[in-house]
Amino acid sequence: MSSVDISVPTLTPESTYQRQSPGVEALRRLARHRSARVGFFILFSLIFIAIFAEVIAPYNPTTVLSGVTRRSPPCVHLLGCPEDQEQHIFGIDGNSRDLFSRIIFGSRLSLQIGLVTIGFAILTGGLIGAIAGFVGGWVDNILMRIMDVLMAFPSLLLAIFIVTVLGPGLINALLAIGIISIPIYARLVRATILSIKELDYVSASRALGASGIVLLFTRVMPNALTPLIVRGTLGIATAILDAAALSFLGLGAQNPTPEWGLMLGQERGSVFNAPHLVFFPGLAIMLTVLSFNLIGDGMRDALDPRLRSEGA
Amino acid sequence: MLQFLTRRLILLVPVVLGLLLITFIIVRLIPGDPCKAFLGERATEAKCAEFRERYGLNDSVPVQFLRYLGNLVQGDLGMSVKTSQPVVDVIAQRLPMTMELAMAAMLFAVTGGVVLGVISALRRNSTIDVITMVIANIGVSMPVFWLGLMLAFFFALVLKDTFLSLPPSARLSAGVSVVSLATHWGLTDLQGLPRFIIMFLSNSVIFSSIVRGDWAMLGDATRHLILPAIAVGTIPLAVIARMTRSSMLEVLGLDYVRTARAKGLVERMVLSKHAFRNALIPIVTIIGLETGALLSGAVLTETVFALPGVGTQLVTAISARDYSVVQGFTVVIALIFVVVNLLVDLSYAYLDPRIRLD
Repeated sequence: MSSVDISVPTLTPESTYQRQSPGVEALRRLARHRSARVGFFILFSLIFIAIFAEVIAPYNPTTVLSGVTRRSPPCVHLLGCPEDQEQHIFGIDGNSRDLFSRIIFGSRLSLQIGLVTIGFAILTGGLIGAIAGFVGGWVDNILMRIMDVLMAFPSLLLAIFIVTVLGPGLINALLAIGIISIPIYARLVRATILSIKELDYVSASRALGASGIVLLFTRVMPNALTPLIVRGTLGIATAILDAAALSFLGLGAQNPTPEWGLMLGQERGSVFNAPHLVFFPGLAIMLTVLSFNLIGDGMRDALDPRLRSEGA
Repeated sequence: MLQFLTRRLILLVPVVLGLLLITFIIVRLIPGDPCKAFLGERATEAKCAEFRERYGLNDSVPVQFLRYLGNLVQGDLGMSVKTSQPVVDVIAQRLPMTMELAMAAMLFAVTGGVVLGVISALRRNSTIDVITMVIANIGVSMPVFWLGLMLAFFFALVLKDTFLSLPPSARLSAGVSVVSLATHWGLTDLQGLPRFIIMFLSNSVIFSSIVRGDWAMLGDATRHLILPAIAVGTIPLAVIARMTRSSMLEVLGLDYVRTARAKGLVERMVLSKHAFRNALIPIVTIIGLETGALLSGAVLTETVFALPGVGTQLVTAISARDYSVVQGFTVVIALIFVVVNLLVDLSYAYLDPRIRLD
């Protein structure tokens, strides 16, 4: 009978579990998330393109070029376009402008649109939700019924309706998209507050004499941050799509602004004779929206285990 | 059940009233004199005074709102400034197109989404699963109008002379026009609601051609509907596929499914009777939520495919500042949205007897 090894493994510093703060742990999970990685890669490329747009774009996005044919197809030297021709890798648009340069500059606008509208919606909606949840009573009732009514409209139609009244234009379109996004964040913050505000640690804080405002912002609101970040990231994706849709209908950005939705809308009639003018702006919109969707999904899995979806 | 329905309908009243109030107020906020908008810039002051008197614009806003509600209940949504047609008639002409499109898109999204989702869940982490989920991710990120244009380009130009060729625009081929069911059935002197219903049905091209047995027109209308329906349905399809997958995976991991298998039930029965039915609840919720996206998508897709529906009308009305039409359509679409969500709530009880409707 062989002897049985009964020695107890010794604890070495390497084998003990390294404690990490929850934030670092979440970031680690996010970095391991497969689709979030793809999302971050696309997003960082976009941010890079947006920052260095002047360097990357060969032409000014609004300058009408001379000596080019309108709506001429892409000309890439590597793909067999004659060397003596000017290179326009995405072709020329209906106003004799370089499409590639316009798309490069469009990335700036698109990222700004997403951040500004959702920032506005989170601030306003968060405040409304915080007041409703914390004050309660009739204030809560009135605020949330207004939110219900806003939610009763299909969102894009409400945005179209609001822009009609305010008049077409990029700023008004952004305002409209911001307004239609408010109810989501108001409900989210209110739900978090309702579930937190009666917990013992909040009561303890109150017993120690913390005022309502202090309680709200230091004890309760931090709990709403995670779902807000997750929803907000996915919200940016929707906002970019909605803004593009409004511009497509001629209600958002106006010519000559290099906005992807507008570029698509203006050239939709030439889809049969110059499909590249429709293809590239749409592809740009899709990639941008995709990056935020992927990151949002990844964040949901990494930050909020309760919301975790199956698989990556 | 009846009690629940009554309560839900009563709860809808404040939402619908709020919805009407918001559209009413927004339209009143529009800068500019309605008289000048209606009669033209050169309308004299006397004419304008008469106009305001006739349309009750001198009354206070609450009185106007009550009158608006009164008219609405009687089916009067005002007149279109542009075409001098009652808005109700415009709705009867345009809404059927959008509803047909939305329904066709929903059919495509639900069948496609559920099938792909179930397959992905059953073959988890297989190639099919990965491909489906990648497509689903791309699908939710695509602008509807771009997909529409790309489909039109592909099916109408690239596949032009093949049997897959599909028309890129319009509701019916040139030369084919909508037949009025009133004339077909020899109905004359229709007024009010019956007139609206007959007009609505006549413009529901697919319904009307089936009723009349006009198979050529049915085929034509269907062919024109395929591409728009795919464009509108793709985003909901992607969302439904993802939801179905995760919902199925969750249910398949539950104890009672294991029990069902352990007692020797055929796998097909386990899946269809035990797992799928319970996985349906979140799927139905998503279907309800996607109705809004579907209606918005229909509005955008109609402009791409030049379909005579609500979307194209809405865009024309907006550029013509035809506010009564815009207001009328907004109200009608919001009402449809509200009703669909009510139906979704009702279907929960059918799918899961544990959910009590009270």
